[in-house]
Amino acid sequence: MSTTTKVTVATRMEATVGAEFVRTDAGAVAGYVVDGVSPKMIARPENAAQAAEVVRTAMEEKLGVIACGARSAMGVGMPPTDYDVALDMTRLTGIAGYDAGDLTVSVNAGMPLAELTRVLAEHKQFLPLEVPFFEKATIGGAIACGLDSPLRQFYGAPRDFLIGAEFVDGTGAQAKSGGRVVKNVTGYDFHKLLNGSLGTLAVVTRLNFRTYPVPAARRGFLASFADDLGTLKFAKQIAASALTPIVVEMLSPECAGLLFARYAPFASFCAAQSRGEWTLCVGFEGSGEVCERYARELARMAREAAAQNAVAMHDEQFAAMLEILREAPVTMRDAAADAVVMRFAALPSQLGDLLRAVRSFAGSSWMTAPVLARSESVVYMALLPRAGDDTVPKQMEYFWQSVGSLRSKLEFRGSMVFCPAKWKAALNVWEHVDFDLEMERRVKKAFDPNGVLARGRFVGGM
Amino acid sequence: MNKSIVSELEKIVGARNVLSQPEDLVLYEYDGSVEKARPEVVVFPSSTADVVLIVKLAVKHDVPIVGRGAGTGLSGGALARGGGIMLAFGRMNKILEVDFENRRAVVQSGVVNFDLTRAVEHAGFYFAPDPSSQKSCTIGGNVSENSGGPHTLAYGVTSSHVTGLELVLPNGEVQRIGGKLSDPLGYDLCGLLVGSEGTLALVTEIVAKLSKKPEAIKTLLAIFETVDDATETVTELTARAITPAACEMMDGWTLRAIEDYVHAGFPRDCGAVLLIEIEGLAEAVAGQAVAIDEICKLHQAREVRTAKDDKERELLWKGRKTAFGALGRLSPSNYVLDAVIPRSKLPQALRRVLEIGRNCGLQVGNIFHAGDGNLHPLVLFDPRDKEQFEKAVKASEEIVRYCVSIGGALTGEHGVGMEKAELMTLMFSEADFALMRRVHAQFNPTGLLNPGKVFPMGKGCGETRVRTGSMATSMHAGTPAGAPA
Repeated sequence: MSTTTKVTVATRMEATVGAEFVRTDAGAVAGYVVDGVSPKMIARPENAAQAAEVVRTAMEEKLGVIACGARSAMGVGMPPTDYDVALDMTRLTGIAGYDAGDLTVSVNAGMPLAELTRVLAEHKQFLPLEVPFFEKATIGGAIACGLDSPLRQFYGAPRDFLIGAEFVDGTGAQAKSGGRVVKNVTGYDFHKLLNGSLGTLAVVTRLNFRTYPVPAARRGFLASFADDLGTLKFAKQIAASALTPIVVEMLSPECAGLLFARYAPFASFCAAQSRGEWTLCVGFEGSGEVCERYARELARMAREAAAQNAVAMHDEQFAAMLEILREAPVTMRDAAADAVVMRFAALPSQLGDLLRAVRSFAGSSWMTAPVLARSESVVYMALLPRAGDDTVPKQMEYFWQSVGSLRSKLEFRGSMVFCPAKWKAALNVWEHVDFDLEMERRVKKAFDPNGVLARGRFVGGM
Repeated sequence: MNKSIVSELEKIVGARNVLSQPEDLVLYEYDGSVEKARPEVVVFPSSTADVVLIVKLAVKHDVPIVGRGAGTGLSGGALARGGGIMLAFGRMNKILEVDFENRRAVVQSGVVNFDLTRAVEHAGFYFAPDPSSQKSCTIGGNVSENSGGPHTLAYGVTSSHVTGLELVLPNGEVQRIGGKLSDPLGYDLCGLLVGSEGTLALVTEIVAKLSKKPEAIKTLLAIFETVDDATETVTELTARAITPAACEMMDGWTLRAIEDYVHAGFPRDCGAVLLIEIEGLAEAVAGQAVAIDEICKLHQAREVRTAKDDKERELLWKGRKTAFGALGRLSPSNYVLDAVIPRSKLPQALRRVLEIGRNCGLQVGNIFHAGDGNLHPLVLFDPRDKEQFEKAVKASEEIVRYCVSIGGALTGEHGVGMEKAELMTLMFSEADFALMRRVHAQFNPTGLLNPGKVFPMGKGCGETRVRTGSMATSMHAGTPAGAPA
């Protein structure tokens, strides 16, 4: 962007959102860097109409826009190919409508997730969106990033409880889909496309959710096993039983050591690392009677699966475990400088094979590789480099290529959730999202025909 | 009808799988709605390869195409509004794979909904979407319309139970989206395609989720003297965050018609009943049953019965699911509406629905998914009486407009189809339509696929309008079905 254009655009942005909400100075811009790429300016709209006008201006001036919330997960995806305007959505806050009696809520995209949670809790309701950066993230950012929640085991992914959205498409038009009722098949379900789209299709301005009642009790159960087969066996026993837990997470020895180090009541499971034991974390909810049945049956099944150690958790301990599991991908990222955190979608029947294969690749790299398998269908795995090892970039590349060799044997998709920007020139974080992108490109073209939004950050350079 | 197209179709699928005589085609001008539109030829493919050839033929001759499952839809979604070729998927009815470990089944789109449940129930699984027509409707049709059913209150509509699709695009290209994996890791294309009402692609194969049967099921029948007592009970159940697996309401008038037909043991002298089902662990079900019983009685329920065994439970559900047939005994035709309201507004909405019926001088029955606010008023009329038909259509439109005006939606499970295309403007702005049209144009640029659906005809989009069809010798587009000839 030339200096003249920058001034012209900044003037137009100021006219739209007010001079005090447009910044072009280096100090402000530094806080909005994405993978080393700085925007030329920041615009902070107050409402959806202003956000639309900013996108429209960008489209007319052929500029690239990245919308952001709390900026906690800005590094997810590939570096942007064009990034001129950071569209900061944090002024669009507050609840647009909360019908507690209907169990539905409509929230502006910039509202912090933690704040929404507190409001819902006053009415004994909640949103099953326990995602990383929970205390900081905005609701719009959480949906756009597509990070998942341990509660997906029972409550599903956001697609299952997001019932409508308002957004600004790449032409700067304000559009919507869905509504505020819990059952609705009117029109195309565009809001489902927005989940995990990294802001490449539209700038989310408002989201409507179905909410859920807070259960009478929520408790948990932890069991450790001599190896991964033991935990898999236990998980499969649970799946085959009448029980319908809300959380089922399998931790490798390194992962248990890392996650539980900060919480004393789980010290014995932290020590499982030194014994090479795997851990299964189970959460369940309901009346006291229901929870007692879970604890009883889980203890029996754990014994049958030859658990080394097992413990039932009360409500507070479960809440602590949920928080630990929720933030696990971030804890993994922060465990070492230049850590990479990958996410694989896997089939339950192939989970064991996938875990063994990726761990064996990691083993040959000499990097520590904590693994967390969520709901038998999603795997988070980190590669934690040793400080001062200058072979790490090559090892990472080799690892990521090796994963590709599994594709002929196993059905999975893999991406890097967190990866240092400096390695993204050599590593495609979307490498193992192995589908034909023809259909995705059609959708992108319809939503953002001029390629204004988050250009280059998504799968296939979209 | 251009005879060369018929003979080319016969070469693809065999002469016995092509219908082109008027007496055959007349059966395909209807679905479960009051709409009517006749295709010019009906063809029964048996494979995706057949579908590709048929689509390419249609493109070559610039002829509209519409997919059809069992024709049980209630919005005219599977009617040939633009004439042309109808692809009836009834012969593509194979369950290709059942994978219990991953809880998936891969099926062709013509597999009947309940046949999938039948094929997996021995292992303790079922396919959760349960429209009333589940014993005849196809899973491909469910995918197109994003169908629901009583138990979608707890388990969600069809889109929550589909993870992958094989599609034939309107240019004959075959595309696969999603698969058995539960995470898209990319745009959620299944989320877009499910419920797109056959306007973006033809669905030939589906990866469906299998659900685990619950340990315990309890079915309660709560009997009330008035409709208000029943609706207020539902509102309170929701407000108290009690979420049964299903919560259906039937008003007294409808109930008497059902009882005469099914003999399910419904009371003949009440104002309304709620059919409530709770599922889960035995302990959870027992606890919820007590809470529900309490709330029903708080709202003057005369009696709360519990089905004593599976036989009684099945009979109660048979009554609910055959209600539309039962009403056929009372009137030559009925118009089944589908609209959604916020659940807290159920009492006022029901009062308004009945008032609209009274004002039009028509009998309106109510049998619907109360738990999620999905109304199904049934307007009874005689299609031979022009004035009555017009009144029925007017009453229906007034009810739908009212539902939208109180924060509801046009359709909860039947789809927009032909029926509600013109009413889409009640919910969507010009900018919303512009985006929908751009998406539509990316997938269906020539507009040959299922023309005249979802988009209002008056919205001025050449691609989405009903095409006149270059092959057509007689067109039926736009004729209001059920209307007197």
